[in-house]
Amino acid sequence: MTWGWWVTGFGVIFLFLGSLGIYRMPDVYNRLQAGTKCTTLGAFCTIIGVGIIEPTWFWTTLIIAVFVLVTNPISSHALGRASCISSVPLCEGTKVDQSKGFCRSKDNDT
Amino acid sequence: MHKKDNNYSGKDRIEGFLWLFFFLVTLWLLLTSTFNYQEFLVGIVISFIIAIVTHESYIQLGFPPITLKRFGFLILYIFILFWEIIKANLDVASRIIRPSLPINPGVVIIKTQLKSDIAKTILANSITLTPGTFTLDIEEDRLLIHWIDVKATAIEETTEIIGKRFEKYLKVIFQ
Repeated sequence: MTWGWWVTGFGVIFLFLGSLGIYRMPDVYNRLQAGTKCTTLGAFCTIIGVGIIEPTWFWTTLIIAVFVLVTNPISSHALGRASCISSVPLCEGTKVDQSKGFCRSKDNDT
Repeated sequence: MHKKDNNYSGKDRIEGFLWLFFFLVTLWLLLTSTFNYQEFLVGIVISFIIAIVTHESYIQLGFPPITLKRFGFLILYIFILFWEIIKANLDVASRIIRPSLPINPGVVIIKTQLKSDIAKTILANSITLTPGTFTLDIEEDRLLIHWIDVKATAIEETTEIIGKRFEKYLKVIFQ
């Protein structure tokens, strides 16, 4: 039972770090990095923790967590691709940019 | 790119329908979590209707037929992915906390040998979930990756570092 509180607390720390990352990172793409990476484990642990506190909900919470895990990268990919197509600039200090030939809007091609 | 054609054979249709139906019923059982005769009946009816309406889109995804070997590798893959996710989270979190904000970002290209759309989707999603990399775009067999800590720029090296650890499992599962 108490394990559930620990797991939930662990998740909350990661959610906090994710939002801190969104505040600190220099450009859209790095912010998306922070937004995806930390919130994945954050949301996962928070939801699973609730399942451990209330054992009858465990399977339900596990499914919710899996859906979050599957859909999270898709949303951040969509945001990243949209920023790339509308040519949002990369931050200063970016080492390489090989995006030439990518990120063309498919609607304009045809 | 998939073109929309509805000429699936009867065998394909029945197989796709059965897999989808089986999947939906399992999902329903896990969601309700208590086994109750009436609930189960409602679940079966709803799953049946959904499976009839949507089995064509399911076939279009092009999942390969399930064998024991593929299933084993899928389980292994899930564990490896989970481990990578934990590493990714700790890595990015530690970068965020440090006052100097030690990032070294860049946009690189990797190559993949996977053919089917669903396999590429899973690869792209896995890359998005793992250490400091996320997928911006896909063109044919090349993926555009934003990398928070660039270690290499040549295509061969980036493919080796980012793509290989997932690709070797996905290749077994999808080919």
